[in-house]
Amino acid sequence: MPDMIDFQTDPSRYLHWRVDYDGPIANLYMDVNEEGGLFDGYQLKLNSYDLGVDIELADVVQRMRFEHPQVKVVVMQSGKPGVFCAGANIRMLSGAAHNHKVNFCKFTNETRNAFEAAEQDSGQKYLAAVKGTCAGGGYELALACNHIMLTNDSSSSVSLPEVPLLAVLPGTGGLTRLTDKRKVRRDRADIFSSAEEGVRGQRAVDWRLVDEIVQNSKFDQVVRDRAEQFAAAWDGPDDPVEGIALGPLDRKFAEDGSVSYSLVDVRVDRGGRKATITLRGPDTGPATDMAGFAGQGDQAPMLRLARELDDAILHLRFNETELGLVVIRCQGDPEKLLAHEALLLDTRDHWLANEVLQYWKRVLKRIDVTSRSLVCLVEHGSCFAGVLAELLFAADRSYMMEGEFEGDNRPIASITLSASNFGLFPMGNNLTRLQTRFLGEPGSVDAAKAQIGEAQEAGEAEEFGLVTMILDDIDWDDEIRIFMEERASFSPDAMTGMEANLRFAGPETMETRIFGRLTAWQNWIFTRPNAVGKIGALQCYGTGVRGEFDQERV
Amino acid sequence: MVDLLNMSYDTQIPNNVGLSADKKVLKALEKWHPGYINWWNDLIPEKFQKSMIYLRTAVSVDPKGWAKFDYVKMPEYRWGILLAPGVEDRLIPCGEHKGEPAWQEVPGEYRNLLKPLIVIQGDTEPASVEQQRFLGMTAPSLYDMRNLFQVNVEEGRHLWAMVYLLQKYFGRDGREEADDLLLRSSGSEEAPRLLGAFNEETPDWLSFFMFTYFTDRDGKMQLESLAQSGFDPLSRSCRFMLTEEAHHMFVGETGVGRTIERTCQAMNEAGIADPYDTGKIRDLGVIDLPTIQKKLNLHYTLSLDLFGQEVSTNAANAFNAGIKGRYLEPRIDDDHQLRNDTYRVWGIVDGKLIQHEVPALTEINMRLRDDYTRDAAGGVGRWNRIIEKAGLEFEMKLPHECFNRKIGVFAGHDFDPEGNLLSGAEYEAGLPTWLPTHADGDFIQSLMRPVSEPGQFAGWISPPKVGIDNKPGDFEYAKLHMA
Repeated sequence: MPDMIDFQTDPSRYLHWRVDYDGPIANLYMDVNEEGGLFDGYQLKLNSYDLGVDIELADVVQRMRFEHPQVKVVVMQSGKPGVFCAGANIRMLSGAAHNHKVNFCKFTNETRNAFEAAEQDSGQKYLAAVKGTCAGGGYELALACNHIMLTNDSSSSVSLPEVPLLAVLPGTGGLTRLTDKRKVRRDRADIFSSAEEGVRGQRAVDWRLVDEIVQNSKFDQVVRDRAEQFAAAWDGPDDPVEGIALGPLDRKFAEDGSVSYSLVDVRVDRGGRKATITLRGPDTGPATDMAGFAGQGDQAPMLRLARELDDAILHLRFNETELGLVVIRCQGDPEKLLAHEALLLDTRDHWLANEVLQYWKRVLKRIDVTSRSLVCLVEHGSCFAGVLAELLFAADRSYMMEGEFEGDNRPIASITLSASNFGLFPMGNNLTRLQTRFLGEPGSVDAAKAQIGEAQEAGEAEEFGLVTMILDDIDWDDEIRIFMEERASFSPDAMTGMEANLRFAGPETMETRIFGRLTAWQNWIFTRPNAVGKIGALQCYGTGVRGEFDQERV
Repeated sequence: MVDLLNMSYDTQIPNNVGLSADKKVLKALEKWHPGYINWWNDLIPEKFQKSMIYLRTAVSVDPKGWAKFDYVKMPEYRWGILLAPGVEDRLIPCGEHKGEPAWQEVPGEYRNLLKPLIVIQGDTEPASVEQQRFLGMTAPSLYDMRNLFQVNVEEGRHLWAMVYLLQKYFGRDGREEADDLLLRSSGSEEAPRLLGAFNEETPDWLSFFMFTYFTDRDGKMQLESLAQSGFDPLSRSCRFMLTEEAHHMFVGETGVGRTIERTCQAMNEAGIADPYDTGKIRDLGVIDLPTIQKKLNLHYTLSLDLFGQEVSTNAANAFNAGIKGRYLEPRIDDDHQLRNDTYRVWGIVDGKLIQHEVPALTEINMRLRDDYTRDAAGGVGRWNRIIEKAGLEFEMKLPHECFNRKIGVFAGHDFDPEGNLLSGAEYEAGLPTWLPTHADGDFIQSLMRPVSEPGQFAGWISPPKVGIDNKPGDFEYAKLHMA
């Protein structure tokens, strides 16, 4: 087992994927290295994947947007004959600790969502070209693509064999995308999801499991034609654009587990089971225009901050599983931060401005589904403004300093909303965080909107409902200490469950159903003896002995 | 030609499964049968379709009925549906249901496991006919031509046998799978056969003999394990198929043997003692022994690949479920459940071949492969006795199981036929002496000239010791249609 799971990679280090760029079309080949598993004890046969494979895919998807914006169509295909992808590696799953399985599924779900949304967000359409076995997580990869082509060779099929084979669910969006995205009739979905062998040929089209089947001998040609056709249908600006390179992060790990980035600092307090993330706002003003921004490349503060925060969250999720409380602070000049944001908001039709904002949307969503108690401390000198103000509404609670604090000469704490808080960063439920926060009082959203650009000090912030509690110099330390100690004393499971339920008020979407319903059921099944007990199906898989089920329905 | 419109399925199809009373299967078969006949007619060159071939037909399973010899035009061959007689109170011989009564119907819980086994078995049967479709044109004698077609029609019957099981026991899915067995075709770009080895053309008669000896023997081992199935109709079907399969291996063993015999004879007549004096030997119009060894290496190793991965979850599941047993299961001295047993297999650790013990349940394929190797060694010994008797110094050998493998732990590593791990360069250098080269293929091809006079044989192969159905040497095994 590696000492630490690192989410940073780059094409020179890929073991499992390769991309051929051909103008507006990128051919993405999955060619998993059997011996390249992240942990010991399993081989990644038949293009099966583990977290390491998915980290590379996430990197591919991210770089596709920033480094290769000219790409309009990404053709996801296998680099191996006879198999598209056999799904998540079963030996890896059966050997993994519960929390790793859960975190793994969450990350893979986020990656699926990221390339699924790439068409709408970035004009990059993902096309799955399926030849050979496409089972379980393999079909879930295809399902998250915007178009699925299946070869008609009378043996290639798509399938979700998890239930009959492993007694678990197709938990990376599989069941949900069947019904919600592809709108497969539920009785057919029932047959499909309980039959190991899957569906091939015309029936796969009739049941809407794939978009088209293609004559086998012409498969490659038709896929190429389709990709060209999709690329030609692109109706955005078609000026050839140069991407920007995403270099390695400036990152240092300390002995005690703390991590410091250029703009993000993560302090680890193992005794208090908490991590404190401090974000630093920009010191200088923004570039004058997007050309200048592009010139700064990955060093532009708004992009750097997003990348560092994203990495910090993933690091905490996978490598610091006992830090149940994440405290989010920030320091900096809100005016400068807002000026940086304004450049992006004012030039949203610039591809890079769009990408940076879309990336923030994904980072914020990643925070929404992070199973840690999240608390924001709005201290003096902080810059919870615009996009960073979203963190207040993503957190479970927020505390704000009120009035002067003895010996503290930092600028008085304030919160400034911007236009970005009113539609640019929807949650998974497709509402803004403020709409979700004020679900029962839509007037409060309008009232807050009227305050765009106004720095709200504690009294106003409380009045407009932007923070949980304001505390003065006398109460601050004690209240915060008590809150943290109390939080650390609760059951981590109960916290995860409670927070996940309270965070996503309002309507269901496919996304909330994946992260809520599907994931919750899957995670329940992942702890049940019928799957993971000594004689459960997941543990028995591969031994030849069948799992034995406790027949009681719960 | 068969009158498809007025085909009386219950009388024209020899069967012992009560076909005339089985409306469900009759209906399915009526739909499937025209496609089958079309497949056959499109496949075999027309000249042979119209020829009278001296074939055996199984009309029943008793000793008198399973081998009726007569002249028949192949499209009119009576492909029957025959199961070996049921064994009273047969019990499931292995796995977690061991000792329970054998299933007469498909158990719902194992339907998904069982169907692919039957589909894959069914897919290989017509595949080999497709692979061999052009060989009739270059038959070295009428005797050999007749053997080829005998093998072909029986592979056709084996397809029927699997189709019957699919149609009778697997509902709509089974009928669709039966249709797809006719849709896929060997080497097709549109819909190739399921197993890679069955998509290669059989280019010449020596390949055919090697195929029937080595690859059909894989088929035999698969049938042997399916004959142990707790699903009784499958067991009975495979048991009867095995009686026919024996002839195919006979054709292979004697075919290779006769080729060797002729080479030895020609060498002795020309006074050549060195088997490696290939130029001179080939000038005699016979195939030199090293080339025969190369063909053996190729076909044996391709056939080993057909046994699949060493560690196999599917095979373990099938054994544990009792739907597929091991070779000669009842004779094996263990608990037939393999709860705690281990099995010794080869693996590669740090570039070295190491034998290690692993759970026997996941090594079902390996055990069958080892049984196969033992079974295949017998004929090789008999070939060597032919060489010995001719007084020549050469020994045919089965290569080490790690040589030339594309599936399993040895795939991706370069071994020589003795089992030594080589560098890429060493391997490339040795390859022309271990596997047939293009030039070898071209040479063999140059010998493939048809001989169609009764009692006459091509110069590269000896006549058989005994005729089929005890017929004399000049018997006309095929009355060729002359257009």
